[in-house]
Parts: sequence; C-alpha cells; structure tokens
Amino acid sequence: MTMSTTVGTLAGTQAKPLAGKAAAVDQYNYDIVKKFAIMSLVWGVVGMFAGVWIASELAWPFLNFDVAEITFGRLRPVHTTLVIFGFGGSALFATSYYIVQRTCQARLWGGRWLPEFTFWGWQIGVAAGVILYMNGFTQGREYAEFVWPLDLAIAVVWVAYFLVFTMTLVKRSQPHIYVANWFFMAFILATALLHIFNNLAVPVSLTSLESYSLFSGVQDAMTQWWYGHNAVGFFLTAAFLGMMYYFVPKQAGRPIYSYRLSIVHFWALSFLYMWVGTHHLHWTAIPDWTSTLAATFSILLLLPSWGGMINGVMTLSGAWDKLRTDPIILFMITSLSFYGMSTFEGPLMSLKSVNALSHYTDWTVGHVHSGALGWVAMITFGSFYHLIPRLWGVAKGMHSTKLIYVHFWLATIGIVLYISSLWVAGIGQGLMLRAFDEYGNLGYTFIETVTFMHLPYVVRAIGGMFFLSGIIIMVYNVYMTISGAKRSVEVDVTAGSAAVAR
Amino acid sequence: MKHESVEINAGLLIVLTLAVISIGGLVEIVPLFHIKDTVEEVKGVRPYTPLELRGRDLYVSEGCYACHSQMVRPFRDENLRYGHYSLAAESKYDHPFQWGSKRTGPDIARLGEKYSDQWHTQHLVKPQALVPESIMPPYPWLLKNELMYSDIENRMKALKMTGVPYSLTAEEYQANVTNFGQPMADKLHIPNAKATLEAEAKGRNWDGDKERITQMDAMVAYLQMLGTLVDFKKYEQGYFASFR
Repeated sequence: MTMSTTVGTLAGTQAKPLAGKAAAVDQYNYDIVKKFAIMSLVWGVVGMFAGVWIASELAWPFLNFDVAEITFGRLRPVHTTLVIFGFGGSALFATSYYIVQRTCQARLWGGRWLPEFTFWGWQIGVAAGVILYMNGFTQGREYAEFVWPLDLAIAVVWVAYFLVFTMTLVKRSQPHIYVANWFFMAFILATALLHIFNNLAVPVSLTSLESYSLFSGVQDAMTQWWYGHNAVGFFLTAAFLGMMYYFVPKQAGRPIYSYRLSIVHFWALSFLYMWVGTHHLHWTAIPDWTSTLAATFSILLLLPSWGGMINGVMTLSGAWDKLRTDPIILFMITSLSFYGMSTFEGPLMSLKSVNALSHYTDWTVGHVHSGALGWVAMITFGSFYHLIPRLWGVAKGMHSTKLIYVHFWLATIGIVLYISSLWVAGIGQGLMLRAFDEYGNLGYTFIETVTFMHLPYVVRAIGGMFFLSGIIIMVYNVYMTISGAKRSVEVDVTAGSAAVAR
Repeated sequence: MKHESVEINAGLLIVLTLAVISIGGLVEIVPLFHIKDTVEEVKGVRPYTPLELRGRDLYVSEGCYACHSQMVRPFRDENLRYGHYSLAAESKYDHPFQWGSKRTGPDIARLGEKYSDQWHTQHLVKPQALVPESIMPPYPWLLKNELMYSDIENRMKALKMTGVPYSLTAEEYQANVTNFGQPMADKLHIPNAKATLEAEAKGRNWDGDKERITQMDAMVAYLQMLGTLVDFKKYEQGYFASFR
C-alpha cells in the first residue's frame, strides 16, 4: 500500500525551497487558518486565566468577592468552555483547514464565505456561551452547558464545517486521503452525533434561554457521560492525533513510523471510545452491567491509545538528536509522553476498585489536566510553532527559539506541579474519607479533608500560573514573528521585490 | 476489501466511521430505556412542587453541581456520612440529572431536613459564619433577589412534555391523587402553579421573612426535600440490591 507515497509527498513539500511559498499563498486559503490560530491563542490566554482564577478561589475563597458572576460554580464552565472549545476548538479548525488543504493539495472548499461563516459562528458561539454562564444561564450538563439556542447555532456551524472539510477531501488532487484526515473526519462525525443527542431538550418557551433535558436520571446520566467522555475521546484525542499525524512527521522530517499501526489504532480507537463513558458513573445508580462494560472497554482502550503514542514517538527514530536542538520536537515528544501517561492512568482509574477511591476527588481533575495540558495543549503549541512562521511566510522560523525553550520549561514545570499536587489532594482525601477509628466510626469529618487540601490547592494554583505564563510568552513570540513578517514585506515592497518575499 | 479502498473514497470513510462509532452508544444507552429493572419500584418519589422546582433551577444555574454530588454510593463510609445509597428512582424526575462528578464539598443527596431552614439561609449567605474552614463561595444575593416565577406554568409544561406527571386535565389530576395523595396532587396541578408557589413560600419561614418571596425561599425549599422522599424503613434489606 502506498503510505510511503503520501508521506513522501509530505516530506517533499517541506523540502521545497521558499520560492514555492508564493504559489502556496494563492493555492491555499491561509487567511482562515491564520484567523483561527490567532483566536485559539486569545481564548487560550483568557481560558487559562479563568482556570488559574478558579483554582485560586479554591485555595483562597475570598477571591469569590461575593460577586455572583465570578463565583466558582459559574466560572468553572467558563474555564472549561474557553479552553476546550475556544482554545482547542479554534486550534482544530486552524490545523484541520491547513492539513486538509496541504495533504489534498486542494484549496479549501466553500469559497470565501463558508469557511468564514464557520469562523464567526464558532467565535460568537463561544463568547456568547460564556457570557451567559456568568449570568446564570446554563444547561447544567458538564462540557455541554451552552443554552439551547446556542446549541442549535453550533449545530449549524458544525454542518458547515463538515461540508467544507468533506468537499475539500472530495476535490483533492492526491489519490489518497492522508491519515490525519481520517482522524479529523472521525472527530467531526462523532462530535455531531454527541452534540445532537446529548442536547435534546424542551425549552421553557421560545423566548426563554432555559430548557429541561429530554431525559432524566439514569438515562440522562448515561447520555451525558457518553457525550462527556467522547468529548475527550474525539474532540480532545482523535482530532489532536490528526494534528500529531501531520506536524510530527513534518517537524521531524521523517515519515510516520508504521502505516499498519495507524490503520489498526484508528479503527480500534474510534470503536472503543464510544463504550467507555459509563466509567464516570461507577457505583452510582446506573445498572452494573453498563459499568462493567465500560470498565472492560476502558482497559482495551489502552492498546489503541498507546498505538498512537508509539507511532508518534517512533517517528523520531533515527532523528533523536533533534531533541537536543529543536524545542518544537521537544514539545511534540513531551506531549506524546503525557498522552501515553494519561491514557495509562485513565484505564487504571476506570477499574471499579480504584474508582471507588478516586471518583469525586481531585485525582480526576489532575488526570484530566495531565491529558489537557500535557497532551492537548503541548501538541498544539508544538504544531503552532511549526505552523505560524509558514502561514506568515517567515523563512527563519519563530522570532525567538530561546523563548520557545522558556515556554517549554514553564509549561512542563507547571504540569508537574499541577498533577502531583492533585494526586496528593485526591488520593489523600479519598483515603481520609474512608478511614475509620478503632470503634468503627468515621475517622474524619468532611471539613477536615477540605482543610487538608489547602496546601495542594495552593501548589496547583501555582502550577497553573506557570502554565499560563508559558502561553503568554508564546503569544509575545508569535506577535513578534508576525509583525516581523509584516515589516519584511514592507521593506520588500519599497525594494520592489514583494512577490519574491511572499 | 483492501484498506486502500477506504483511503481513496471519502464517502466510504464517512459511512464506515459512522458505523463504528455508533455501536457502543447504541448497546449501552438504548437498553436503559427498555429494561424494567433499571429504575427501582419504590413509593414516595414524586415530581418537584413549584417552589422546589424553582429552587432546583437556581441550583443548576449557580453551578452547584461543580462541587456537590447528589449520589450516595453503596459504601460503608458513605452510609455513615450521608445515609442510604441513592436509588435510580430518586432522580427519575431530574431533568437534567445532578449527580455531579466532584466533591469539593460533601454529597447533598440526603441533605433534606438535616439542618434547620435558618441554618441553610445563614450558611448560604456566608458559609464561613457557620463552618469557618469552608471554601464555599457566599451567596448573599439569594436573599436579596426576588424570585422570578411568572413563567412557572411554562416550566411545568415543558417538564410535562419530557414525561414528568404534572397535571393539566381533570383526568391527569385524578391520577396524581391516586399516586401521590390529594394535597400533593394539588401542588402538581399546573393551573394552580402560581398560587401554590406563593402559598408554599409564605407557608413556612424558609428565609426568615414570610412576606417577600426570594430566591432563598426556593433554594432552601429544594435543599430541604433532597433525599427525603423514600422511607427506607419500609423496605427489607437487600430489596434494592436486586435491581442492581
């Protein structure tokens, strides 16, 4: 089979001299990719700031300031929505639009206005959603808090996205659909399916923003966590694997390690993820059989998850020396390592006996962040450091390589502080809550566990601050890169050689 | 079939992917609507009264579920700390469910009638006044804000569409009399909703002020009924386990 051809093409386009850039700008719609990339960073900063803020509220509760709009309960969905859908979502739009054009060697379908519609629809949806949460309008479903009119609008935007992506695939001038695009396709289809079924609701009235979910109790819980875990599985995993499958080989300058492995793990991952949501509901009133199925499939899921990790990491075989000289590779390999780690921790936590301790504690929150910060954010940073100079046509790469290193270490130290403090908080609280004294009474009151968690909460907030300062440095570096690109174009215009520069 | 045929055909890729991602959800979700044992048969569970319903709406809107679960698990420590483990039946009128996923504060599935109304009001206004180590945010505005309930009938009608047995017709009302008793059936009758809510708010000293109908009235009314509907003394040990 002909993976080698496709990968060969990939390496070929990279090797092309800059003179090819002029053609690329006209051949592809880079404008939409730039817009999404910039908004991804904007939401990243705002969303991570919201995260640091609510983490600080837990450590120092006076930060709630008796202001309704910024209490923990209202800000928490603001944080999750901004980082998942604002930062992550915009990054996925940007990279999928870039990758589908490059690997299909076809301009984005839909002319100017349809991709533009997906951009404005997505940005306005995210912004309106979080403003409404702060004012108390939410569906009360985790990671699906958008009120029903926004859910409808988002569904329309998503259909447009599906059309733009699929029609670009259809009109490709390459015979094969590159593996990254399979993952993006699975992500687009699964997200549509999950979004529609999880948000079925009856509005209070046509003029009200409020609604009641169509399902109740057990069925509602099952639907919500089928959605919730697959938001992780497809939005935060499959799609970012798509990103990985393009940018890791490009940055490493080597083909993907194993074509066979990418096929096997793609289908296995797509099939298995949809079964595991109920592991969020172990020991609840959900029937045991669903719980057992979910735990079983969660263990199985380790295999395709690690298949992806191995395929990414081994792509670097023979080029490991790049870890010493290229901070972008450092970001990518670290992200794959965190992916491997959190997809090992996940199946572990899905075992009923472990879950009995870990569920409802901060261990879960730490686990999510080792995936979200370690995998999702790090692979995005790495990919953007590769992508941004190419979008703006800066031949020498990012403005400062040193600052990429600074960002890398801030992010890595931040994650380590974050997850290790929450292991302490989560496992500590879990053990305290199930401790008994010699007479068989409870060993601790609940509030004693809250007091115990103060110190880990402080460390967690500091970890978050490290991570946030990292992305702020990245924004500065990106700003300098882009403005440098604009300056050099202006110089070239005066010299009469603008065409060559672009 | 060679895998290559999927790689050169976008339509085939879409169809196969859709098939593969549909199976897990279908197998796990659809049976829950059809297997009878999923929700236990138990007496006492009823829909929320209008005031409780508005309280629940506020609970959702403030995002309380981000820190409080409403799901007691069948463990010894949870039994000692919170009470009998939660039944599926106890949330069968919950749209959306509020089981939660994180206990930054304690579980509150069985909070009802454990503390006085006055305790709840003071605690919500300033948690640290009663529990100095608490990290819960204060909610003073619940006491200041008037409760909005002009659309209470629409809310109950929307819930009725999802299957909650609020009554509109005489027949539905009679069915509720049979199932929940006449006093409760009156409260679940949609045409009475506004009067019922006002009577409920003024009939008990929820927030310390019987005249004004505040958000606090509704919130306390909701918190005080949580987990109180089923009388577990009436059931033999092991009865509920047979549904699991």
